[in-house]
Amino acid sequence: MSESTFVEPTRRDMLYIATGAFAAVGAGAVVWPFISQMNPDASTVALASTEVDIAAIPEGGILTVKWRGKPVFIRHRTKKEIEEAVTTPIASLPDPQTDQARVKKADWLVVVGVCTHLGCVPLGAPGSRGDYDGWFCPCHGSHYDTSGRIRRGPAPTNLVVPQYDFLTDTKLRIG
Amino acid sequence: MSGHSTYVPQSAIGRWFESRLPILGLMHGSFVSYPTPRNLNYMWTFGAMLSFMLVAQIITGIVLAMHYTPHVDFAFASVEHIMRDVNWGWFMRYAHANGASMFFIAVYMHMFRGLYYGSYKAPREVLWILGVIIFLLMMATAFMGYVLPWGQMSFWGATVITNLFSAIPLVGEAITTWLWGGYSVDNPTLNRFFSLHYLLPFMLVGIVILHVWALHVVGQNNPAGVEVKNVQRDTLAFTPYATAKDSFALVLFLIVFAWFIFYVPNYLGHADNYIEANPLVTPAHIVPEWYFLPFYAILRAIPSKLGGVVAMFGSIAVLAFLPWLDTSKVKSASFRPVYKVFFWVFVLVSIGLGYLGAMPAEGGYVIAARILTAYYFGFFLLIMPLLGMFETPKAVPATIADAVLAKRGNVVMNPAE
Repeated sequence: MSESTFVEPTRRDMLYIATGAFAAVGAGAVVWPFISQMNPDASTVALASTEVDIAAIPEGGILTVKWRGKPVFIRHRTKKEIEEAVTTPIASLPDPQTDQARVKKADWLVVVGVCTHLGCVPLGAPGSRGDYDGWFCPCHGSHYDTSGRIRRGPAPTNLVVPQYDFLTDTKLRIG
Repeated sequence: MSGHSTYVPQSAIGRWFESRLPILGLMHGSFVSYPTPRNLNYMWTFGAMLSFMLVAQIITGIVLAMHYTPHVDFAFASVEHIMRDVNWGWFMRYAHANGASMFFIAVYMHMFRGLYYGSYKAPREVLWILGVIIFLLMMATAFMGYVLPWGQMSFWGATVITNLFSAIPLVGEAITTWLWGGYSVDNPTLNRFFSLHYLLPFMLVGIVILHVWALHVVGQNNPAGVEVKNVQRDTLAFTPYATAKDSFALVLFLIVFAWFIFYVPNYLGHADNYIEANPLVTPAHIVPEWYFLPFYAILRAIPSKLGGVVAMFGSIAVLAFLPWLDTSKVKSASFRPVYKVFFWVFVLVSIGLGYLGAMPAEGGYVIAARILTAYYFGFFLLIMPLLGMFETPKAVPATIADAVLAKRGNVVMNPAE
């Protein structure tokens, strides 16, 4: 058993704590620039939006454009594809979202072409669209539907819908 | 364990220097008079090969950095420039690329050796954990090095591996953006990977020095798994005994290395990496380098993103806890008849996971990968703790000299005397 004795804090203790705290704040202030420099720089952030002419995309076609170094799929959906996307029961989805919530105009689906699992570009050419007519990621086997929603495989969430606006009927601004 | 050095340099200059900086004595104590258990077998020669490979990689790497350009527009071309234009550039690059594979072959042999002979057990826990840190640093270095040629596999390998961090809840996205320095793998990523790929090997050197230091404090384990009790009877001097044996093993190792460099330099690589990186097209079949395949198989075996990532990192992290997971009093598997069987199954499982990591993630391959992943973790988390309680080990020799005697069936001469 140890005997506990209470020692009155001295002026010296106060100085030690204050000095230590000041040094910790100072060290943090110096470390921050070294961490922050690794975040996207001003020139990378500046490339945040891009404009696309979508007049030439035929029904059933997919245009891939580059935005922020990533592919963006602009898909001119057919009636059948829209039908499939709309009639899918929401309860059966791993990441439940209605088709209406993912498009601005039913004919056009705009999604970031990056698998939400580990970042591969899913395949969308006819014949390699997976079991749900959307996209199939060859890396780890994720299947997406015609609304870009995850249906089967390791990806946790639906393909991301980027910020975009229709400037005219045939012109799109992404970002 | 080497005790206080009694080394006295022969020359007057040597004595003058030694009394001011005793580095000659340190070298002599570490690599000449250092006592090594007399029963070490060839599995104990991989440490020397690993040291050799680290130095070889640093030298070829420094040369390559003189001719390489870390920019997305020039990196791929500069590697081809090294291959075609730079004097002996093809040799430097093939030696460096295959050197990474040889490095991993040696480290896996070294690790399986430790696993078989219980080299992680007291008093070698810190030594073992330093080894796990070295392994992790090696993996990080190799991964970043593979990105530098900026081929399709480089780019997509980098994308998949950095995306592993996006599985972290809440801050995952922010961490990946921070790692990339952008919104995808791009020029800032290539630049920092080059910087870190140059830095990490020197950090490796630092940890290797700690690893060797820790080794020389506790002494080497040995096939009998009993500690040195009598330095005279149980050990031999590092030089010439271990030096000569290590050198001979290194020659054999270099023959294999040379065969890769000069006859099949691209055997361990992927043809896709001779296609320049294209951020818009993922190759149909992404595979990491062979030395990452078992861990990649574990990642893909778990049907959840976060779960897969946790399992993959966990499969390496679990190694650090071996000293406490293994409850057996006996170190060497030579005297553990049941553990020995489980160990060899574990070796086969590891190779099997490597095979499955290279196969597509579908159907029977995924099911097989799940079974093998279950064994991988079961081996460490269930078999090791339980076996120590239920297994009856064979009689362990009292001393290293006894172990040698039992094998030879005659009296041991002590050349040191």
